[in-house]
Amino acid sequence: MTRLRPLLLLAGVAALILAPIGQGNYIVYTLCSWLLFSIAAMGLNLTLGYAGQVSLAQAGFMGIGAYITALMTLAGMHWGVAVIASILSSFAVGLLLGYPALRVQHHFLAFVTLAFNTLLFLVLRNEEDITGGSFGLSGMERPSFFGFSTDSNLAFYYFSLVCFLIAAFSMWWILRSPWGRAFKALRENPIRAESLGLKVRRQTLLAFAIGSAFGGLAGALQSPLVQFIEPSSFALMHSLKLLLMVVVGGAGFFFGPMLGAAVVILLPEVLRFTEGYYLIIYAFLVIVLMVYSPNGLIGLGQKLYEKLKPKHEARRDLKQGVQL
Amino acid sequence: MAELLQILISGLAAGSIYALAAVGFTLLWQASQTINFAQGEFVMLPAFFVLIGMTMLGLPMWTSVILALVLSLLILGVAFKRLIVEPMLPHGTLPLVIATIALGLLMKESVKEFYGATAQPFPAIFPQDVYHIAGASVSVQDIGNLVVSMLAIGGLQLFLSRTRTGRCMQASAQNPAVAEILGVNVKRMVLYTFLINATLATIASVLISPIYLAKFSNGETLGLVAFIAAIVGGFNQIRGALVGGLLIGVIDNLSAVYISAQYRSAMPLILLIVIILLRPQGLLGTPEGRTV
Repeated sequence: MTRLRPLLLLAGVAALILAPIGQGNYIVYTLCSWLLFSIAAMGLNLTLGYAGQVSLAQAGFMGIGAYITALMTLAGMHWGVAVIASILSSFAVGLLLGYPALRVQHHFLAFVTLAFNTLLFLVLRNEEDITGGSFGLSGMERPSFFGFSTDSNLAFYYFSLVCFLIAAFSMWWILRSPWGRAFKALRENPIRAESLGLKVRRQTLLAFAIGSAFGGLAGALQSPLVQFIEPSSFALMHSLKLLLMVVVGGAGFFFGPMLGAAVVILLPEVLRFTEGYYLIIYAFLVIVLMVYSPNGLIGLGQKLYEKLKPKHEARRDLKQGVQL
Repeated sequence: MAELLQILISGLAAGSIYALAAVGFTLLWQASQTINFAQGEFVMLPAFFVLIGMTMLGLPMWTSVILALVLSLLILGVAFKRLIVEPMLPHGTLPLVIATIALGLLMKESVKEFYGATAQPFPAIFPQDVYHIAGASVSVQDIGNLVVSMLAIGGLQLFLSRTRTGRCMQASAQNPAVAEILGVNVKRMVLYTFLINATLATIASVLISPIYLAKFSNGETLGLVAFIAAIVGGFNQIRGALVGGLLIGVIDNLSAVYISAQYRSAMPLILLIVIILLRPQGLLGTPEGRTV
């Protein structure tokens, strides 16, 4: 399995490169939005799956990224500058929000982020002079790099793919660095981790801020993809949707958010024939999934795999001894 | 002055209904560590049970209210606990949070699809008279709402502190293991908590729907307000949720008049953030041990 992994990864990347070729505009567009929601969900997975904090403002951070990018590119600046500003400001807002919330018990981040997302929505809707109010902003140009324009949907797909791969690689690097491994220690046994000298609060705060920065990046991509942004695309409902992506895929698994984003984005298309009942069926499926497999789809897969795999049964008496 | 008095009374009336939802919310949290993100929908749904009873079955108002109460007890109480909360408790808070979010969505969309997306008029339970006291116009409805919710919360408080069952419920919430050893049927006490929550939600629903009309999306704001009220007042205290609810109601009405209608809904949120910064255990709450 471990030897196969690089090959599987290569095959995956090849599939991502080949996927949009010969497809219609709509499918390419859907794939693009899958890529950018995967980025945002990956960031949330760091907060949720590795640091064990519930953030209900990931769509808000996407909004920060999208609005900053839109305003800067509309003012004539290059996307490259705007994306850095978006990522940095999401990171900074994440630190500011997380610092007070993480001083106290662990559920408070959920409450603070929930309030923040709702407040941000109100500000985006009411400050019409800057954000265009509920009419939103439109007409952002897609960026071009060294003469290559990303105007066509296919070109923009490859551009998003590059951003996605960079984001996925940095996430992988963060997670396997000693610093990232500390997250897993925190999640598995916080008291032990603290007794080994980990600064629990600082680690968690940084995880949340980095996760938020990923949201900012996703927002910076959404702005040129859709070329129209409005406050309701970043409302609380969408934060909940991102949370669903992470949990449905499998929180704490590296590929969980990508799988979850695919399910959450594709399911409406699959369930389109049910018309109005789509959300009802969807909500029902989520409840059933949570009751039977709280670790999401990847957890469900692992459970099935464990059942089918022949097991090495340890001697019961020895097992008892090991535990003592 | 008269205007202020008027705002205060209508704020307290709305706040007392928020408090009903917030009290249910804190009870569920204490009894089973359930953060119920569907609490707003729990308040939205019983009104539709009443409407179904009245329009489809042709029952009189009060019979429909009793029907709604029974349905709520069965669906929001027993079924919610047995089918969703109980199997998920061993897996920690997070999957349960997600499941209640999905449950809220399920309830909202079902009402929208099966009953209708438009706001439905809801029969008033109090006369629509308005009295003028010291220049302020005070409606009977506001006073009635305030009295009924205060009676409900007062009765609940008495039940919890004065009866044997109530004390057993408190014991199960504070330390389930010890309560079990002392012979308390913890599972049953948790079930009672869920039933009380369903009852409070039904009362809140019947009180608030004549004012806001019955609409599938009512739960969004109600849930958020109940949530904020519970945290502002103190997550582990019933009187905290009561104070939180009243405070939010008054602040909401004051800011609508004196600050700006646009940012009206922002005020409770700002209050929430300030409280978390300055007094994270809530106004009346006692600090819980930090769980890392």
